[in-house]
Amino acid sequence: MIDALNIADLSVSRGDRRLFHKLFLDVRAGEAVALTGGNGAGKTSLLRAIAGFIRPDGGQIDFVSNSVRLEADEARRQGLHLLGHLEGLKPARTALQELSFQCRYLGGNESQMAKAIEGFQLAPLLDLETRRLSAGQRRRLSLARLVSAPRPLWLLDEPLAPLDSVWRQRAGDQMQAHLAAGGMIIAAVHDPLPFAARAFDLGGFA
Amino acid sequence: MKALASLFARELSLAWGGGGGPLLACGFMVCFAVILPLAVGADPTLLSPVAAGVTWVGLAVASLLSLERMFERDLEDGSLDILALGPVPMEGVVLVKALCQWLANGVPLALTVPLVAVVLGQLAGAVGLMMLTALAGGLGFALTGALGAALALGAKRGGVLIAVIVLPLFIPPVVFGAGILARKGLEQPIGSAVAFLAAYVLFALVIAPLAGAAAIRNAQS
Repeated sequence: MIDALNIADLSVSRGDRRLFHKLFLDVRAGEAVALTGGNGAGKTSLLRAIAGFIRPDGGQIDFVSNSVRLEADEARRQGLHLLGHLEGLKPARTALQELSFQCRYLGGNESQMAKAIEGFQLAPLLDLETRRLSAGQRRRLSLARLVSAPRPLWLLDEPLAPLDSVWRQRAGDQMQAHLAAGGMIIAAVHDPLPFAARAFDLGGFA
Repeated sequence: MKALASLFARELSLAWGGGGGPLLACGFMVCFAVILPLAVGADPTLLSPVAAGVTWVGLAVASLLSLERMFERDLEDGSLDILALGPVPMEGVVLVKALCQWLANGVPLALTVPLVAVVLGQLAGAVGLMMLTALAGGLGFALTGALGAALALGAKRGGVLIAVIVLPLFIPPVVFGAGILARKGLEQPIGSAVAFLAAYVLFALVIAPLAGAAAIRNAQS
C-alpha cells in the first residue's frame, strides 16, 4: 500500500483567495508531519486537497508504493483516512452501530475493531446514542475508526482539540503505534503533538 | 461487497428510522385522499374519473417529503466524506441511497394505493394494476428525487429548492402512470404507456447516479 506521499508545486485557492502557491511536501512511511499556520492559512484545505475533495489549481499529489506512483482515486479509496471537524456520526445511532459500519465500510474486520474499542476504552460507551456522547468521547470514537480499518495515511484536522490531557497522551500513543507500523500522519495542529513530528508551517500569521 | 452490504443496511435503517420514514409519506397520502372528497364533494361520478390522476399527483408530492434528508444531513455531519473515501464509488452510493429511499417510501406508498383508490371511487378491477405501476413509478421518483436532492446540496433551505427542481421531472411518470389507468378504463391496450413508464425509470436509473455523484463531489469541494 502507500508508503510515501509526494506533493509538488501545489497551488490551492478558495474563491478568489490564493491559500498557498508552489507548496512542496514529501512524507515517507513512519513519518508524522505537524501542519501549523494561522487561522485560515489553509491547513484544512491542504488536507482536503490530499483527500481529493478540493481540486488544486495546479501541481501534483502523488501516492507512491514501492517507488511506483498509484492511481490517485484508487489510492485514496483504500489508503487514507480523513478525520475532520465533522465526525460523520449519526446522532440517533449508537456508537457501536456507527463504529461497526465505518469499520466494515472502510475495510476493517472484527478483530481490528475489537482492538480499536480496547485502545480507546469505548466499551462502556458502545450502547449510547452518539448524540449523548461528549465532544471528547465522540473524538475517541472517531479515532477508533482509524484504528479499526487500518490504512497507511492519516489526515487529521486538529485531532486532539476536544480531548483531555490523559486522552491526548493516549491518542498520541495510538498515533505513534501507527507510525511504528509504517503509517504516515499529517496533522493540522495548533498545540504540539505529544510525540516528535516534523513541523511544516503554512504561514498565515498576521 | 462487504462494504456495499454494510452501506445498504445502514442506509435502509436510516431511511426507515430517522425523521418520520414511511409513516410520514403514507400519512400524507391518506390525508390527501381524504381531503379531496371533502373539497370537491363525495359524488362518485365526480371523483372516479379523476381518481387515477389524483392518486398519481399524490404519489409524486408524497415522494418529495423526505428527499431533503437523503444527502443534506450526510453533508452536514460529515458522513458523506467517509462514504466518499470508502471502496464504493459515489455513483454507487447515490444508487444505494435511491434504492433505500424507494424501499422506505415508494414501496409503502404503493401499498396505500388500494386504500386511496377505494376512497376516490376507482374501479376495483384496476387496483392491482395501479399498485404495480405505483411501484415502478416510485422507483423513478426515488431516482430523480435523489438527483434533485444532490443538486440542491449546500443551498440554504434546500428542501424547497428540491421540490422546485424535482417536481417538473416527476411530470412524465405521472402522465404515463395515470395514462395506463385511463387506457385501462377505456379498455384500450396499455402496452405503450407501460413501456414509456419503464423507459423513464430506466433512464433515471442511468442518469441519476452519474449526475447525482457529480453534484455531490461539487458540494464537497
